[in-house]
Amino acid sequence: MSRVLIVGAGPAGMRAADILAEAGLVPTVVDEGEKAGGQIYRRPPDGFTRSPKALYGSEAVKAVRLHRIFDEWARQRRVTYHSRSSVLGFSEGEAMVLGPEGQIAIPYDRLILATGAYDRLAPLPGWEQAGIYSLGAAQIALKAQGVALGRRIVLAGSGPLLTLVAHQLRAAGAGVAAVLDTAPLSMQLRGGSRMLAARPFVTARGAFMRVGLGRLYHAGARLERIESGQDGPSAIHWRDARNRLHATACDTVALGWHLQAETVLADLAGVTFDWSDTWAQWLPRADAEGRAGDRLYLAGDGLRILGADGAETAGRLAARACLADLGHPVSGRDQYRDLRRLTRMRRFAQGVAHAFPWPAAMVRGMPDETVICRCEGIRAGELRSTVLLAGAEANRVKSLGRVGMGRCQGRYCGRAGTELIAAEAGVEVANAGRLRSQPPARPAPIAALCRLAPEE
Amino acid sequence: MKLAKEPGRLQRLSETSRRPVRFHVDGVEMRALRGDTVLTGILASATYLRQAEFGPEKRAGFCLMGACQDCWIWQEHGPRLRACSTLLHDGMRLLSQPSQDWTGGGS
Repeated sequence: MSRVLIVGAGPAGMRAADILAEAGLVPTVVDEGEKAGGQIYRRPPDGFTRSPKALYGSEAVKAVRLHRIFDEWARQRRVTYHSRSSVLGFSEGEAMVLGPEGQIAIPYDRLILATGAYDRLAPLPGWEQAGIYSLGAAQIALKAQGVALGRRIVLAGSGPLLTLVAHQLRAAGAGVAAVLDTAPLSMQLRGGSRMLAARPFVTARGAFMRVGLGRLYHAGARLERIESGQDGPSAIHWRDARNRLHATACDTVALGWHLQAETVLADLAGVTFDWSDTWAQWLPRADAEGRAGDRLYLAGDGLRILGADGAETAGRLAARACLADLGHPVSGRDQYRDLRRLTRMRRFAQGVAHAFPWPAAMVRGMPDETVICRCEGIRAGELRSTVLLAGAEANRVKSLGRVGMGRCQGRYCGRAGTELIAAEAGVEVANAGRLRSQPPARPAPIAALCRLAPEE
Repeated sequence: MKLAKEPGRLQRLSETSRRPVRFHVDGVEMRALRGDTVLTGILASATYLRQAEFGPEKRAGFCLMGACQDCWIWQEHGPRLRACSTLLHDGMRLLSQPSQDWTGGGS
């Protein structure tokens, strides 16, 4: 029987596993979570008692359905599930996996990567202090732990998550001091009309949540800096759409500009990347069903940022493509229907991308003293002067200036770094290079790697 | 229970009737709840997790999903752990800075 390895157990990975198990294969799923669910359908640890409705809101039915299906396959051992496990890299048909028992090698014939996405971050003076988080972090803390990351929280950035997290925090009783959206209202209306045409119900639900935020919400905000004291942030300084300066008192700031595809493993597996102007990021190349290379498939937000429903659809498509390539019978009608569905999701997502853009001008205007690399405290001025020596190429700038070489491996500095490189050298971002991924995909203790060596 | 007046960074909004766990940070005993991550447990009573290595500031985690590696802290017996994705258990002994006599010994 063919050995299919799925990386990630969010909606895309869980659904891919379901399709493969249904067809009689026994796929292996490697996942970093305690329990399957990914970030969007993340489940709290044992002993927590909030209802699915409290955790997932309008998406509760979908979340519970996926959890049940996946748990049942795992219970029957028709899916082999490795939780709390990270794929570090690939070598000769094996995935190097670091889990609770140390490192293991999992051989595979075909690989489905469903690695999801993370918050796309732009730097802001003062964002290196304790008490500044990603937007996703604020949501995870609430969902998985029942806590707010502070008592007076400012949410800032742009994207659907901004409004959603603000709504969820307030519904749970957290103190939200302001919601600062860097996207101007005019842009949101233009993108929003495309969103409305593709998925009217979802768009209306978002607009309704937005209205509920009332005067806390500001469109077209320009963020200037975060002021911190001994115990973390004390205020965020920003300008409103009429250029009036504000200092909003707070003890926590959560930042995020929509999402960035998690592509390190796709890169290590040899996928080709293309620059996307729409998404303002490098994205893996794949066919409509997710084929991205020899016996390699991608699905979910790690391929295209379409959200949970799109990820489920993409997971089904990739799994059926994999089955078809293995010579299994696959329903052409199911595949066609999902392709149609995905096209609609993509139209919606493109509307989202236009409504809530990456703040290129803000990043380019960051003062020299702004920390770009939070891991190692490297500032914009140091990066700019490195460009003079290294030229407009992200990997060379990384070698000389270390932006992208810290522990986050460029996930939270890489996008802004490339923006600054392009600005300094006067080239398009697409021509400023793409940071190459390096194994291990997660930090791993040397001791865990050494144990793989055969004993004498 | 002391939990009602935990003075830390985090605010507990719900799920507060879980069983307590005890642990140590820098030799000081702290209390949290079973099911807390190490990050939640510490930040319920403190404002930061660790000292940054490359700057004067403190750190308190950033992404909470295992991607940024901002929340690595030390255990008294040596190895580090990622506070956002490790569940707290009774008797854990943690450090906000590397131990002075740490030799890099294994787990």
